[in-house]
Amino acid sequence: MIINHPLLGPRDASEFTYLGDASLIDRPDGMAENAADAFYNYAYLRDNPAGEHQELWYHEAGDRSWLVITRNTLTHEISKVELARDVARARGRSK
Amino acid sequence: MHDLVATTALGGSEPRVDTVGSVTCAEVPGVALASVAARRGKETQAQKPLAKLIGAPAPEVQRFTGDQVIAFWSGPDQWMIEAPFDSHADLADQVKAIFGDTASVTEQTDAWARFDLQGDRINAVLELLCQLDLRRFEPGYAARSSIHHIGCFALCRGTDHVSLYGPRSSAGSLHHAIITAMRSAH
Amino acid sequence: MTQANRLTGGQIDRDTTLNFRFDGRSYTAHPGDTLASALLANNVRLIGRSFKYHRPRGLLTAGSEEPNGMVELRSGAHKEPNTRATTIEMFDGLIANSQNRWPSLRFDAMAVNDMFSNFLSAGFYYKTFMWPAAFWEKLYEPIIRRAAGLGSLSMQPDPDEYDKGFRHCDLLIIGTGPAGLMAALTAGRAGADVILADEDFMLGGRLNSETFSVGDHSATDWAAQAVAELSAMPNVRLMPRTTVIGAFDHGIYGAVERTGDHLPSLPAGKPRQILWRIYSQKALLCAGATERPIAFENNDRPGIMTASALRTYANRFAVTAAPRVAIFTNNDDGHRTAADLHAKGVKIAAVVDVREDAPLSYDYEVLKGAQVLNTKGRLGLSFVEIALPDGSTRMLDCGALGVSGGWNPNVHLTCHQRGQPVWNEALASFVPGENLPVGMTVAGAANGVMSTHGALRSGAQAAATALNLTTLPDLPETEDSPIAQEPFWYVQGCKRAWVDQQNDVTVKDVKLSYQEGFRSVEHLKRYTTLGMATDQGKTSNITGLAIMAEVAGKSIPETGTTIFRPPYTPVPIGAFAGRMIGKEFHLTRLTPSHHWAKERGAVFVEAGNWLRAQWFPQTGETQWRESVDREVRQTRASVGVCDCTTLGKIDVQGTDAADFLNRVYANGFAKLAVGKTRYGLMLREDGMVMDDGTAARLAEDHFVVTTTTANAVSVYRYMEFVRQCLFPDLDVQLISTTDGWAQYAVAGPNSRKLLQKIVDPEFDISNEAFPFMACGKITVCGGLRARLFRISFSGELAFEIAVPARYGDALMRRLMAEGEEFDVTPYGTEALSVMRIEKGHPVGNELNGTTTALNLGMGKMVSKNKDSIGSVLSEREALTAPDILKLVGLKPITPEDKVTAGGHLMNVEGPIDAAHDQGYVTSVAYSPSLNSNIGLGLLKRGDERLGEKMRLVSPLTDLTIEVEIVSAHFVDPEGERLRA
Repeated sequence: MIINHPLLGPRDASEFTYLGDASLIDRPDGMAENAADAFYNYAYLRDNPAGEHQELWYHEAGDRSWLVITRNTLTHEISKVELARDVARARGRSK
Repeated sequence: MHDLVATTALGGSEPRVDTVGSVTCAEVPGVALASVAARRGKETQAQKPLAKLIGAPAPEVQRFTGDQVIAFWSGPDQWMIEAPFDSHADLADQVKAIFGDTASVTEQTDAWARFDLQGDRINAVLELLCQLDLRRFEPGYAARSSIHHIGCFALCRGTDHVSLYGPRSSAGSLHHAIITAMRSAH
Repeated sequence: MTQANRLTGGQIDRDTTLNFRFDGRSYTAHPGDTLASALLANNVRLIGRSFKYHRPRGLLTAGSEEPNGMVELRSGAHKEPNTRATTIEMFDGLIANSQNRWPSLRFDAMAVNDMFSNFLSAGFYYKTFMWPAAFWEKLYEPIIRRAAGLGSLSMQPDPDEYDKGFRHCDLLIIGTGPAGLMAALTAGRAGADVILADEDFMLGGRLNSETFSVGDHSATDWAAQAVAELSAMPNVRLMPRTTVIGAFDHGIYGAVERTGDHLPSLPAGKPRQILWRIYSQKALLCAGATERPIAFENNDRPGIMTASALRTYANRFAVTAAPRVAIFTNNDDGHRTAADLHAKGVKIAAVVDVREDAPLSYDYEVLKGAQVLNTKGRLGLSFVEIALPDGSTRMLDCGALGVSGGWNPNVHLTCHQRGQPVWNEALASFVPGENLPVGMTVAGAANGVMSTHGALRSGAQAAATALNLTTLPDLPETEDSPIAQEPFWYVQGCKRAWVDQQNDVTVKDVKLSYQEGFRSVEHLKRYTTLGMATDQGKTSNITGLAIMAEVAGKSIPETGTTIFRPPYTPVPIGAFAGRMIGKEFHLTRLTPSHHWAKERGAVFVEAGNWLRAQWFPQTGETQWRESVDREVRQTRASVGVCDCTTLGKIDVQGTDAADFLNRVYANGFAKLAVGKTRYGLMLREDGMVMDDGTAARLAEDHFVVTTTTANAVSVYRYMEFVRQCLFPDLDVQLISTTDGWAQYAVAGPNSRKLLQKIVDPEFDISNEAFPFMACGKITVCGGLRARLFRISFSGELAFEIAVPARYGDALMRRLMAEGEEFDVTPYGTEALSVMRIEKGHPVGNELNGTTTALNLGMGKMVSKNKDSIGSVLSEREALTAPDILKLVGLKPITPEDKVTAGGHLMNVEGPIDAAHDQGYVTSVAYSPSLNSNIGLGLLKRGDERLGEKMRLVSPLTDLTIEVEIVSAHFVDPEGERLRA
């Protein structure tokens, strides 16, 4: 596969390491009242869509950026590649 | 002055040079490196001392700039500074002094082994080593990719001169890959 | 007899004569020949024996689709079985042998299989050898394996070198027939970066096999001129002898270039083949079409081949398979072969055409509405029996028969991303469907455009469309015959008519499998093995499908199609391995003291990609334990040095660095003072331990973190995840410095004294100035910058000292020289391991992904006052239940009893089974300090059971010993030594 890195342009997928569902960005607050339930959901419950899937990839042999890649699991079509840091901030993560 | 004798990444006392046909691969130990990563919120500020250090504007993504002391892009808001070792053995300290609290600076001098490929047929060698698009290899190009499953930086210094930086501990494997490719492409 | 079947003309160099041997006999050939054309020129029709029935076989085709004509090429370790004679480029001194025959090709004892063919039909394995079951492995399978099969392996390592490479282009054109060449000219003239690949050594594809003209030139001259023009273009790369073997995601193609197969021997350092990964913006498949045979009784006799192959041999190679040739066809293209052969002076016995309205010829007889009933001849064709429309039969005397059943577009690569070809009624064949690999278009015969002019036009248009060009080049005038194919698959009533010659599958087999209930094409394929040989059924799949459709009373598209998979043609394993063979299979990482250790005669062990010294044998030590015990004793008695550079080192800087570590580690780091080091425990988010290490605070905003050797890469990756994805606004920067510093553990009661000899005097490393867990920047040996950490893995007074890696070798030699007065010893990973087990430090064996901090006796380290990774889920009920496993020490009651890693702990009384399992052993060693075997293990409620006796069992090895449960800290449990 080719991943069109938002900064570097097209790169072979072999330079990247796959992690999984981009919902891993949405880590719950460990000090919150319902933390145990929230972390159970966070750590174990995932969607497994046949179709578009947002997932985390790491440019291990490249610039060490984590990316959020929107990939169709049926066709491997990649419709969007974003820096995970930007996605995380857009989802309200900060410090 | 201390009295310890340095070895090259390949373990020799002198840098290794191999020539196959018109292509030469030379181990280049005489280089000092320091990584510079801009502090959060000081990404723009950090470009000023960088420009001062290298005497040129900060390099764009996948580029290097500078002359004696150069900087190449190594990640978002992150650069590697390269300078002659003899005058910059303590490069990281020198660089930190310039950047102050605008950037984190880390000594990288001996984290890397540098091999310089020179000759008019280096592309025939590089295409056996490296999956980067060689059509983008023009002077000033600097990219990190995978060679022989080793994460390496490639710097294009001229159409017939490319520097490859690989992790020092993997120097032997990287050297083997380069030499095999040189024999293969000859 | 020298090249008796050689004709005039052809693309061979008659001025040069090459010698070659086949089955021990010498023959001659010319450059430009393939082994196949050279054998035919020398009147050799019999090439091998078939897979199952050992029937005599010759050549069916002139290309890579060849199912039959396979040989063992070269000799000794260079021998390559199942090599298609049709693709072997002739070189001087070539040696080939026929395969699957014994004792000889002409008399093959295994040919008796053919007489038992009734028992060897579809699914014969499943039916015949069912009973008794025990016979399968011992009797049936070995016999079948000996009888069936093709070439044999040399059983020696492949002595050749292979390589891999990467190429990028705007347009990859696969195939250099009329469509491919015209596409390349169009794209090349427009300045696009083009790669033009063809499996053949001579570019031009079918043009080199035809006699018509293209523009003012012969077809082959036009092709040569096009190739010359393309060669002169700097933006076009021609890749002859290169088979594009697979279409992968996003425009990536795999291609094998045979760089050395046409050479008598490889120059030193040269690869035999290169496996290319080609990155294309767009790709154009111009793979042409393959002629399909018609099945009839005994249609596998040597001398029977596709009509187009006869034409290729005659026109390109100037060879005829026999002086007298017949043609069996259902279409006009068969007549073209007859006309070309006639023009070359070959006698045409007759053209047998199944059509009532077949065209006639003035030059030779055409039998309209006729069919081939049977063939005769020993070890090769002598006669063909013809059924005429009036019901009579006739024998034709001929040594070769060209068969044309029409043409199948080569759609293979269009299927590699699960694209399904579609049935084209007018062509009676499958053409590429809609669902092509991304970026691919198909032109020429591969897309069902069967005329030469059509191919030129289609290639030009496809290239223009791919590159958004507005003008098309002028196309030369050439052959533009419309093509219509009325399908004719097999002659009715035949008993043994071969569909798949490589796997010996007949028309009857296909019908039988349907009768036995195999209705899906995929089932048919697996039951009969149709199309499952190395040729992937290039000449047989469609015919098999058509027969199945007929039996089922369905149309072909209703019956389905099987899918083609990479590789297009077989690829040697060596090409996939490339240069990553032997010890270069993966990269090797060497520590800064490696060369010194090698000089010392160290024994090395692989630790991930690293090579680490395992122990350092001394003169007189004959057994590894002697060396290891000595290294442990010497270190504990005085001082030892161990290279621990392999531990991951991560530089963590920034104003939020401490805050960041506080989240990554389960224990607290916010209050760690500058100049201090702390042990850190890293959890996964599910609460299990991920890794451990130390973090040294060199400045308020600067830490150096260490990881285990094994997890250095994954911990760094994870820390970047936390930094970029979870807390993107923390001011923290990370970079690995593992390779930059040579780091040595200096351990033992005399370690300080040794270090004081090399640390520059302005740095006070006394216990008061530099206590346990201190760290700092220092200089050594007169000014070299270094880092010193007072940390201990051995349990002794110990330091880790780091200098820039280039001085690592010199520092190690200096430590050894200066340490002589203390009887210093280098120690390897074994002694390291023994000492950490004696001290009860968990490592990978204990941090095995199923253990929590609580299991390891470090439950109190997990801070509840902060939100660190894994802290929440580590509190789960099951992970904190009263009877969970706890880390303990194990000491055999009899010290000589070996404790076995992986052994399980059982109560002294009671059954030994999984239900009564109490825990297991994780690490074992012989402790020279205790003069006893010892171990670490995980035991239910282990911390409450110190002093208890248990049975350690390993039922698989019949082991039962008695052990006592003790504290994991065998040596210096109070930690007095390391604080000394």
